[in-house]
Amino acid sequence: MGAITLKVNGKQVTVDAAPRTLLVELLREPLQLTGTHVGCDTSQCGSCTVLVDGRSIKACTMLAVEAAGTEVTTIEGLAQGGRLHPMQEAFQSCHGLQCGFCTPGMILSAVDCLKQNPTADERDVREWLEGNICRCTGYHNIVKAVLSCRDRMAQSKEG
Amino acid sequence: MRAYLPEYEAVSARTLVEALTLLAQGAGGLDGPAQPPGRRWQPIAGGTDLMVLFSAGKLPAGRYLDIWGIEELRGITVAPSHIDLGALSTFTQVRQHPLLACEFSSLTQAAIESGAIAIQNRGTLGGNIANASPAADSPPALLCYDAELELVSLRGARWVPYAEFHTGYKQMQRASDELIVRIRLPRLSAVERERQVHYYRKVGTRKAQAISKVCFAGSFVRDGERLSRVRIALGSVAPIPLRCPRTEAVLEGAVPTSAVIAAAQEVLGSEIAPIDDIRSTQDYRRTVAQNLLFDFLAQAALH
Repeated sequence: MGAITLKVNGKQVTVDAAPRTLLVELLREPLQLTGTHVGCDTSQCGSCTVLVDGRSIKACTMLAVEAAGTEVTTIEGLAQGGRLHPMQEAFQSCHGLQCGFCTPGMILSAVDCLKQNPTADERDVREWLEGNICRCTGYHNIVKAVLSCRDRMAQSKEG
Repeated sequence: MRAYLPEYEAVSARTLVEALTLLAQGAGGLDGPAQPPGRRWQPIAGGTDLMVLFSAGKLPAGRYLDIWGIEELRGITVAPSHIDLGALSTFTQVRQHPLLACEFSSLTQAAIESGAIAIQNRGTLGGNIANASPAADSPPALLCYDAELELVSLRGARWVPYAEFHTGYKQMQRASDELIVRIRLPRLSAVERERQVHYYRKVGTRKAQAISKVCFAGSFVRDGERLSRVRIALGSVAPIPLRCPRTEAVLEGAVPTSAVIAAAQEVLGSEIAPIDDIRSTQDYRRTVAQNLLFDFLAQAALH
């Protein structure tokens, strides 16, 4: 066991964990942040996507020790002051989910997408989300949600 | 099945010296005997290959040395004669680098087509090389560009031409106390660059998120009607990422007429050694490799 210190959703935490612990296990078990899901365990489905130092990564294939000293954002950390993040609102209003299993990873990937490319078009979004698999909605409304969030964020910047 | 977790150890090195010291201890390079393979430190960077095996219960138990935090292994630097990529350059950093896109576009393309964004944020060029998968997507591009690798241990540093690095399936010229620290790509002269044609094509089951059945990288410099500085390298068609000097020799200095192209396809068919496996068959791979060679050479007519 060893102490791993990192920032999770803005809060500094120190967790005693075995060196072999995966980041997703650290989040879900000792930290009880179960919004980060494990789908495939093999880096394919993207439901475990979180932001590490602002960039999307798959938490099921990253050792927790490799996250020491970083800043991690999970789905629980997106809402601010009781208000949903614009991407969460867009997924809600565009019906960008059905069973919801892929949604946390999908939303964090989408947040990274618009941060890296605030003017992403449909093609960019579809390409970006290649690493996030949804078995229910067929992506149409998910892509719509991301594009609607993009438009809203552009508007609020202008306004 | 999940791995039996208690058998794994993992530590993070913060500096190159710290990492090399641990590697040397395991290899018996410092005071003390060499450790059995299971007690030696195995480097792990972004973990996008190793951790998949781990979760599937297929990663050998042992000691893993996390090198992700070693700043000395990061950064892409440009010199007049070459460009150096730190071994920990991620696929994201590679795909976003403007000079690579301009002068080494097959490498850019390989980075774009490797995994998804979240994988590209973690996967590293050095890791892609050291994992030594014959199906990896960046090695054919690196072979085309005459890449060289710098290997460092406490014993010293040495450069190895990448074309000589892989010696057999998952076998390579890296001693157990060495780390790949840098990948160097020599730059062509401005005049040659102007006339250089790059070709990169990955063929898999799907367009995205699929491991290659065949991966083809080629380049040449136009010399009037003739081809010069021809480079051809493929992935997934041999036990190692394969440069194809015999096929290149057919084309070097030649005008790519149909007869020349057919001769090159013939030689390529015997130079590669594809197998039947879960992803494809040797017949399919050979046919596709030969078709991609045709497609590559058709670029000569277009430029």
